[in-house]
Amino acid sequence: MSGAMVQYGLARDEVTMADGPEWLESLRRGGADRFATVGFPGARDEEWRFTPVGPIAQAAWVPAALPADDLARERLAPFLFGHPEWSTLVFVNGWYSERLSPIGALPDGVRVSSLAEALRADGRLLESHLGRHAPVVGSPFTALNAARFRDGGYVSVPAGLDLANPVHLVFVTTPDAAGTVTHPRNLLVVGRGARASVIESYVTLAPEQTYWTNPVTEVASAAGSWVEHTRIQRESELAYHVGLTHVDQERDSHYRSFTLAMGAALSRHNLHVRLNAENVETLMYGLYLTRGEQVADNHTAIFHDRPNCRSWEVYKGVLDGRSRAVFNGKVFVKPEAQKTDAKQTNRNLLRSDGAKVDTKPQLEIFADDVKCTHGATVGRLDDLALFYARSRGIPVVAAERLLTYAFAAEVVEEVALAPVRDELERLVRERLAT
Amino acid sequence: MLEIKDLRASAGEKEILRGINLTVRPGEVHAVMGPNGSGKSTLAQVLAGHPAYTVTAGSVSYLGQDLLDMEPEERAQAGVFLAFQYPVEIPGVTNAYFLRAAYNEIRKVRGLEEVDSMDFLDLLEQKLKVVEWGPEIMSRAVNSGFSGGEKKRNEILQLAVLEPRLAILDETDSGLDIDALRIVANGVNTLRAPDRSFIVVTHYQRLLNYIVPDYVHVLSQGRIVMSGGKDLALELEAKGYEWVDAAAEALA
Repeated sequence: MSGAMVQYGLARDEVTMADGPEWLESLRRGGADRFATVGFPGARDEEWRFTPVGPIAQAAWVPAALPADDLARERLAPFLFGHPEWSTLVFVNGWYSERLSPIGALPDGVRVSSLAEALRADGRLLESHLGRHAPVVGSPFTALNAARFRDGGYVSVPAGLDLANPVHLVFVTTPDAAGTVTHPRNLLVVGRGARASVIESYVTLAPEQTYWTNPVTEVASAAGSWVEHTRIQRESELAYHVGLTHVDQERDSHYRSFTLAMGAALSRHNLHVRLNAENVETLMYGLYLTRGEQVADNHTAIFHDRPNCRSWEVYKGVLDGRSRAVFNGKVFVKPEAQKTDAKQTNRNLLRSDGAKVDTKPQLEIFADDVKCTHGATVGRLDDLALFYARSRGIPVVAAERLLTYAFAAEVVEEVALAPVRDELERLVRERLAT
Repeated sequence: MLEIKDLRASAGEKEILRGINLTVRPGEVHAVMGPNGSGKSTLAQVLAGHPAYTVTAGSVSYLGQDLLDMEPEERAQAGVFLAFQYPVEIPGVTNAYFLRAAYNEIRKVRGLEEVDSMDFLDLLEQKLKVVEWGPEIMSRAVNSGFSGGEKKRNEILQLAVLEPRLAILDETDSGLDIDALRIVANGVNTLRAPDRSFIVVTHYQRLLNYIVPDYVHVLSQGRIVMSGGKDLALELEAKGYEWVDAAAEALA
């Protein structure tokens, strides 16, 4: 390996990865075969009807080259949360940077590393999870990720352990990433009764560049575990981002997700959560802030497979300019999933005449003793609230900003981890002030 | 302080105020009474600049300025305050944040420095006493999930903090139980001052037992049909609004 490669940890090139264990080869082949069969989705594909992926399909993307390991640590500061004690894994144009990744001291048994490193150290655990949660048949992009992923974040928390500090996975692009594609692959394995908080950030130092990020994250949440998963997408507004997160939850577990999408020309995130056992609780909060010509698409799917589970979902969007948002929320309730309590809400605030939303709840309920509700709204700021604020002396522009922030704050407030919540509040306020 | 001349206003096609004349001098408390639909709440809202109404004729001079030419926020910054009949819920903004934002806007206009959240808390401590509240209320979202009484108390708290020159109370007594009514009325009485005037819009005489007005005006069909001292309210209570309607017919 070259010196630079050593500095970037175990950064194998794709040829080297092809020499992985048989199970991994099989996953990759499966992904490659699947993608070869289905290709990129077209406009007639129901799942992608409102999200034109032509610009992705028609471009010639190249894998990101190993960057020179000279990125100054300070340049990442705006994307971190000011907590040096948190374990942070930094990937530059998809390549793991050991130098930029302070992992710190971890409790016994906890693993926080690049996936490539985990493949060497934790191969058996990886075999039982990687590709087992997010099947390649789920989406052409997931198939492509399986075929091509090189690295990503790996977090494993053993049974009964409370991972006091969050783990932050940072995927940053530099101007070198122009015209490239990366396929980050993340795996979070949270043991029985364990607690963990993981943040995924997709950020950029190349706001003028076009590139494509195609991540897949798998989460295995064991019985009685508590997981908070925060996903922040702040790509270049000329970039493409298509991601999928699949979560499998076991008995008595609590999984809460917060998803922020504010970057990318076109972004798509699929969040799939399967409730595999009884007494599972799932909270899904989302926020998308779009402007200009941005398109932000959120597809969520909740699989209520077993009885006595609760899912609660609120996605909100603030749209400006000629931007577009897509929300599709599927809730599947199996015949045996009695006493399911599922609530889904999608609310959109339009800040301009040119913005547009396609929202579609999709409930498929096959059990009879359940409580399932959904609601979607697309509207503007409440005139009365605006007048109320103005009648207190707050100028109209500030009042609009205040109310817009208030609209978004309702979901941001649900982030359990205070430093992350504070940072998100700042980020959202800043974005809405422009 | 305030001089309303032949004020006419409509909501859509419908004319609601049909020539209001009213003069309010500094320190005075004017009660505006009237049956439902008489236009008394409209008058309150028009003075605050509610966008649902269009002024079609007349003038309103406030401290020598043309009030009708001012945006709602400019009116507030100049010292006009409307306590809403139905205070608006704003989930996602804490009472403290909202009130400090408003307070600072008004200070800015007066050439004063903005206060930070710590100094504001000190100020609040005093003001909360006006409505017999503890500080907990300030971390709740503005009016969100508040009871009817809490919403009205919150309006009076805002009044206490923003220290307007002209306070307009729009049916602040509606939906209040006797305890809340007492707290709200005491709050208002605490805030009475020689350079602060009040217009108290109410349907019932009850509130005026607590907030004793200098003048009482009775509105019917968009006009002031009677004016008098505080005893007029009692007479009205005894005779009912039919009596006023008869007077209005006579005027028309």
